[in-house]
Amino acid sequence: MLGDPLYAGDVGLAEVLITLLKVVVLFALMTVAVMLMVWFERKLVADMQNRIGPTRAGPWGILQTLADGVKLIFKEDIVPDKAERRVFILAPFLAVVPAFLLFSIIPIGGNFNDGNNGVVEWFGHQTYLQLADPPIGILFALALSSIAVYGVMLAGWSSGSKYPLLGSVRASAQMVSYEAALGLSVAAVVLVSGSLSTHDIVAWQAGPGAGDIIPNWNLVVAGVVPFIVFVIAGTAELNRPPFDLVEAEQEIVGGYQTEYSSFRFALFYLAEFLNTITMSAIFVTLFLGGPSGPIIVGPTWIWPTLWFLLKLFVFLFMFVWLRATLPRFRYDQLMNLGWKLLIPVALGWFLLLAAIRVADDQGWNGLVVIGAALAIFGVATALLVGAVRSGQRARELGEVFD
Amino acid sequence: MGYLDGFKVTFNKLFEKRVTTSYTIGEGEKAPKPDRLHGRHVLNRYEDGMEKCIGCELCAGVCPARCIYVRGADNPPDDPVSPGERWGFIYEINYLRCIHCDLCVEACPTEAITETKLFEFSFTNRHDAIYTRDELLVGDDGRPSTCPGKTGARVRTG
Repeated sequence: MLGDPLYAGDVGLAEVLITLLKVVVLFALMTVAVMLMVWFERKLVADMQNRIGPTRAGPWGILQTLADGVKLIFKEDIVPDKAERRVFILAPFLAVVPAFLLFSIIPIGGNFNDGNNGVVEWFGHQTYLQLADPPIGILFALALSSIAVYGVMLAGWSSGSKYPLLGSVRASAQMVSYEAALGLSVAAVVLVSGSLSTHDIVAWQAGPGAGDIIPNWNLVVAGVVPFIVFVIAGTAELNRPPFDLVEAEQEIVGGYQTEYSSFRFALFYLAEFLNTITMSAIFVTLFLGGPSGPIIVGPTWIWPTLWFLLKLFVFLFMFVWLRATLPRFRYDQLMNLGWKLLIPVALGWFLLLAAIRVADDQGWNGLVVIGAALAIFGVATALLVGAVRSGQRARELGEVFD
Repeated sequence: MGYLDGFKVTFNKLFEKRVTTSYTIGEGEKAPKPDRLHGRHVLNRYEDGMEKCIGCELCAGVCPARCIYVRGADNPPDDPVSPGERWGFIYEINYLRCIHCDLCVEACPTEAITETKLFEFSFTNRHDAIYTRDELLVGDDGRPSTCPGKTGARVRTG
């Protein structure tokens, strides 16, 4: 709509200072969040395996990450002789910077109820509780997650060693194929919400839903299919289990991180967990209405942030739960799932939503449109399955060499 | 639920009892060990202080890891170290090689060598991994020496 009201008038010293304050707060918040996330993951995985997890550093071992980080910083920083020196040194930063930037577009608070539009007042200036609200919003997120691939890819390539190279080849193939499914399911959200800006997507979801009981979340409005596709593709994009072929320890040592040590290794870990948190935040923003939620009792400003954290926590728990439960995918299963299932399903659902929208605008009979769409889907599915089957048969007969 | 059953398993584990045992119980006291734990060896003495080892080298012969080195010598007649004819004047176990199979304990005719439940080995160089009779022999109180080869070790001679 209008973007952050902070920059609506003249931008003076006060606006710059408020923005700087936001940057500092967000940076500190992210760093602490990563620390807690690593601890939470280790603790929860331990709980799911009848173990107790870290207990030594601080109460309940909560400072374990800090101890590990300090240890890593004081370790010797090794650059292998065969490494492409400059790229090798640069790659971890290429992974960690997009991870930090990505969170800047996430609205983490502000009252969205009753047309308040999530505006908060800081030092007499109205602003959003998010660092940046670019009109391209979610495209920025997709672009940054593409850049993050380069960090992983260049790290593996520049190590001058075979396992990192294998890992980075896997990483680039995996992240590029799942980005398509990710983009297509985002397209469904954008189509329904009518905006690319993350703030506007949240504001739209905060509106009254069906029957005033069910929230107007995209999980409901855009359907559960894009949500599921997005969560699966997002997990693959993060290289988290069960999609962690990139760093599959049993096969390729540590993948792209094999030759890294000391602070650079810590940076890769930082980036990985930052991305986990950010991806969860994007799930929340796109599908679960971000910080929107009812104000129950007490101060108004605290509830949206609480709702946001609560929803975020659900996904963080989900990621750890996935890791504790599922074994790793095989490489061909990974590619099959991405190309033959997720992308067609996401695309089909997107077209269905578009058809319903057009039918609505043109005043066509909705039932006929949906019926026709389903019929077309039936045919398309049959064609796709047929194509996959015949390809498989041809391969078995040795007619196609791959 | 088919595919999703696994999630139920991991979730239910959250509420189960933990199997982890603590390294120490309270201040400094170690958790109880299994009955048949094979730890560090000791060379025992009789109640009168005489050494049980007679330097027969059977333990060295039976050792599959070849980690024991024993040399026997005749007891000095005026001040015998062991009640038998001979005594082990060199006794060394290399704990970088020892597999704690306990065959030496079974081979010993006088029950001179037995295994304790001490398990904390740490060396900073290879030489420290070789425990000599100074460190293996129990003290006059019949207890194994606390921390051989390290600071505070009880140093005894033959």
